[in-house]
Amino acid sequence: MIKPLLCVSGLTTEFQTDEGLVRAVDGVSFDLPPGGTLGIVGESGCGKSVTALSIMGLLPRPNGNIQSGSIDYRGEDLVAADNTRLQRIRGNEISMVFQEPMTALNPVHTIGRQLTEVVAIHTDQSPAEQIRTAVAMLQRVGIPAPELRMTEYPHQLSGGMRQRVVIAIALICEPLLLIADEPTTALDVTIQAQILDLISSLQKDFGMAMIMITHDLGVIAETCEQVVVMYAGQVVEQGSVFDIFDRPKHPYTQGLLRSIPKLTDIPKQPLDIIPGMVPSLHDLPVGCRFANRCQHRAAECDEAGLTVDAVTEGHSVRCLKWRQL
Amino acid sequence: MSAPLLEVRDLKMHFPVKSGFFSRTKARNFAVDGVNLSINPGETLGLVGESGCGKSTLGRCISRLYQPTAGEILFKDINLAGISHRQLLPYRQNIQMIFQDPMESLNARHTVGEILEEPFLIHGIGNAQTRRQSVSKLLDTVGLPARSASRYPFEFSGGQRQRIGIARAIALKPELIICDEPVSALDVSIQSQILNLLMELQQEFNLAYLFIAHDLAVVKHISDRVAIMYLGKIVEQASSNEIYHRPSHPYTQSLISAIPIPDPHHTATRILLKGDVPSPISPPPGCAFHTRCPKASESCQRDVPILKTVTPEHIAACHFAEAP
Repeated sequence: MIKPLLCVSGLTTEFQTDEGLVRAVDGVSFDLPPGGTLGIVGESGCGKSVTALSIMGLLPRPNGNIQSGSIDYRGEDLVAADNTRLQRIRGNEISMVFQEPMTALNPVHTIGRQLTEVVAIHTDQSPAEQIRTAVAMLQRVGIPAPELRMTEYPHQLSGGMRQRVVIAIALICEPLLLIADEPTTALDVTIQAQILDLISSLQKDFGMAMIMITHDLGVIAETCEQVVVMYAGQVVEQGSVFDIFDRPKHPYTQGLLRSIPKLTDIPKQPLDIIPGMVPSLHDLPVGCRFANRCQHRAAECDEAGLTVDAVTEGHSVRCLKWRQL
Repeated sequence: MSAPLLEVRDLKMHFPVKSGFFSRTKARNFAVDGVNLSINPGETLGLVGESGCGKSTLGRCISRLYQPTAGEILFKDINLAGISHRQLLPYRQNIQMIFQDPMESLNARHTVGEILEEPFLIHGIGNAQTRRQSVSKLLDTVGLPARSASRYPFEFSGGQRQRIGIARAIALKPELIICDEPVSALDVSIQSQILNLLMELQQEFNLAYLFIAHDLAVVKHISDRVAIMYLGKIVEQASSNEIYHRPSHPYTQSLISAIPIPDPHHTATRILLKGDVPSPISPPPGCAFHTRCPKASESCQRDVPILKTVTPEHIAACHFAEAP
């Protein structure tokens, strides 16, 4: 058995808001082997990005706090780690790519400066070496004329090129884990294809593990080996990509897969829908959080104490009725 | 065949690009550059393209939010492109819009009741009592509770707000609705609810839609016919099944191949396009797609391809497009 690179267990993250304490992530657990790819899928507000920020130690302070749980990274608990230690890990061993490259890049610094800054912090390369490393990395992510780009500013690049720069910054120290939070959502379809291709080829080359956070089930199916489905702060189902797409057990996963329009559908037929909407995090039910939208709801679904059931090795579901479905 | 509800002929929208101290026009942005299309009553025409291809500008020209530079917009044989705002007023009832972000397109300081009453007030329809009845009927039609009328837009979720936007669009019983990315900002499970609502309303009121979106799977699902746009021009147009099963333009082919398929058994054979979309301020000569096209030859850099018939009801603007 390979030791997991990252082992998140019982992660619970809370935010202090004007309307009171909100539990954005509630008891999330998953393992990620070295070099593996895990997808976290869910709708807005399900807690997928907060999970990523918790791992990175980038929760907005003082409002956001990890209330309980552990994030075991190569035998070290990141929840307990201090800021200095986290700064050494971030950008060096664990990196992150965000959705909107324009907000991830500093508009008043050149591309070159933003790349060499990372190298300067995490290695002892000389300035000349830093520039060589940066140019090589830009070349690797497919940016034409990298020497010229080094002297340019983010606004001079297109959206796809900016996202390539963000990826170059994230990977310049060859991290062991890349967290990609909706990396292609802001991009056009043909550019998305280029970026997804780039990420997976870099992942192979560097042998790094990846957490892919997205709402797009197509992206999950194409890039991930393991999938975590989140709903209202909890993991409702997790398993291999084939478990989730071929044998989904949770009514939410099933509904999600059925409700997306597919290219193979007959046009103009009514789509299957999940009725209603996600409950507010301020006012969560004690029982199953999906119950109000579930067609298989029974009286016991509204009782407290819902636990996660193992379907098979590695495939688990948070539903009382999954055997009957 | 019945007469088309809307016919757009050689429509052009060129925005001046101004700069310098005297704001002189330095260049022109060829946002929409010679578009022809038609929509029949009760039909959905999907319009697909990447950002900056001019699809939203085209939609805004048709609803006359923009005054097009050249071309004709024939709505029931009246050319809307050439008439004044005053003359346009009666047609505004007939052509409505739904926008991507309902939070931006709904007035945050008005209650939903006021927002939905406004179209009736502007066009002087009914009295206070009948207007109130119309509002509650509209709310019911789009699946919102009647008490929503006294609430403000911020009190609703994204999907509910889009329902309000739809209710406003159908208030005056239009015949054509321009839907500009109506579901792009919504979550997957809400997206299908809104798509179903749009399809139901189309059945009920015999609405025609121009459905603008970048998501080909969504567009294919809701449309009878689909037009693909690239750099201000329509490059291919066919029935939604035809365009997916037998795409003939290299751009459409790569667009379809780029869509991530939600099936882990599917192995993608992608046609990866090189580079980015060129700027519409200086579109490439010849075929605008030749800079990224895997099939491009010398003639593509020189000759502008015209839309030609591939099969009946299927047109494509490519020198290499031919009947399968």
